[in-house]
Amino acid sequence: MQLAKEVKYLIHKEVLLEWRSKYTINGVLLYVVSTIFTCYLSFVSLGDKLTWNALFWIIMLFASINGVSKSFLQETKGQQLYSYVLASPAAVLISKTVYNILLMLVLTTIALGFYTLVFDSFTPPDLLLYYVAVVLGSISFSTVFTMVSAIASKAGNGGMLMAILSFPIIIPVLILLIKLAKNAVDGLPWENSYDEIAMLLVVNVLMVATSLLLFPYLWRD
Amino acid sequence: MHKTWWKILGSVLVIYTAIAGLLLGVPRLPILNETIRNLYFHVPMWFAMIVLFSISVFYSVKSLSTKSEIDDIKAVESVNAGIVFGLLGLVTGAIWAKFTWGQFWSFDPKQNFAAISILLYFAYLILRNAIDEEQKRAKISAIYNIFAFPMMVVLLFVLPRLKDSLHPGNGGNPGFNSYDLDSRMRMVFYPACLGWILIGYWVYTIRFRIRSIENKQQHN
Repeated sequence: MQLAKEVKYLIHKEVLLEWRSKYTINGVLLYVVSTIFTCYLSFVSLGDKLTWNALFWIIMLFASINGVSKSFLQETKGQQLYSYVLASPAAVLISKTVYNILLMLVLTTIALGFYTLVFDSFTPPDLLLYYVAVVLGSISFSTVFTMVSAIASKAGNGGMLMAILSFPIIIPVLILLIKLAKNAVDGLPWENSYDEIAMLLVVNVLMVATSLLLFPYLWRD
Repeated sequence: MHKTWWKILGSVLVIYTAIAGLLLGVPRLPILNETIRNLYFHVPMWFAMIVLFSISVFYSVKSLSTKSEIDDIKAVESVNAGIVFGLLGLVTGAIWAKFTWGQFWSFDPKQNFAAISILLYFAYLILRNAIDEEQKRAKISAIYNIFAFPMMVVLLFVLPRLKDSLHPGNGGNPGFNSYDLDSRMRMVFYPACLGWILIGYWVYTIRFRIRSIENKQQHN
């Protein structure tokens, strides 16, 4: 019960901080929109829907690395120490992960809307399944990148390490996501996608479980 | 003698498989022909790699609780030895693919995922280089190692089964099991796996000893 209270409070703190400055959400949003627009200008002659699908996920990947990596890298040592004194490490990790999931959900939803607006003919026939893929993508990006950004921030020298450490871990997830989204673009019946959805959920549970086990060792200096 | 028997066993088994693998009879199958002998040299590399990486995770977990430097060195040296076996597995696979699939790298899921899982361990080594302080390095790299291990398992054993692959054993291609009828191949394959695992473990123990002597010299 104590944990749930701490988590609730910490999430509230994160949202409040973000609401006051609106730096991360606006920054990443502008990043996504300008990337999509750049891609539109360079790739508009490509007529292939599958290329656009892959492109969407690559844009999402880089946007979420930028958005999520803020969670630990941005905080000063003093701030981190303060939250560890007040709350248990598990609560800190869970609250950051949940907050990142919320952030990514808002972000990817807006990005998907803008993407379908710009690439007019891209709109997948099975929009609901595509949105499921987007939701699962936001969750998996958040769970993996939150832990990796905690590792990278402890190692110092954040930016480059973040990319090196997270890419090999996220590639399998990305492959599953692109496959799932491709099913939606092709308009296949849902039965064909259950494998991927189940696999993504399993990977997420695995990642959250290992993160929760390992994080208590990580935060102490 | 009681400590060296497994080294002798490993060497004898590897020498035996090198000779018997090239000379003993194999079933004659279309396309594969004599390249089927690659089974004795390619597959054991992955077994040895998995064993070494598992040793590494074991010592990473141990070093988190004991905080001992020895466990940390054991973890990193088994990764070092395991990466060599992984690269050898990729190379032997690529050479085999040249003769059966037509290209060294044909963007087969198995090849790609194996390459990505090796990238994971290169990332682990780079993470170690990025941190100067020894205890901090031991702790953070152990955490990354444990975090990455389940992903490697997913990459090597789960994902390839979801995709179509040219690799034997995947996508309707005959795997090793269908050759099981031929007991001649088993006679070489199982000793080869055991032999290479033992040799891999031996390489790791030697590397560990070199590293701990270097450490001692530095502290003196």
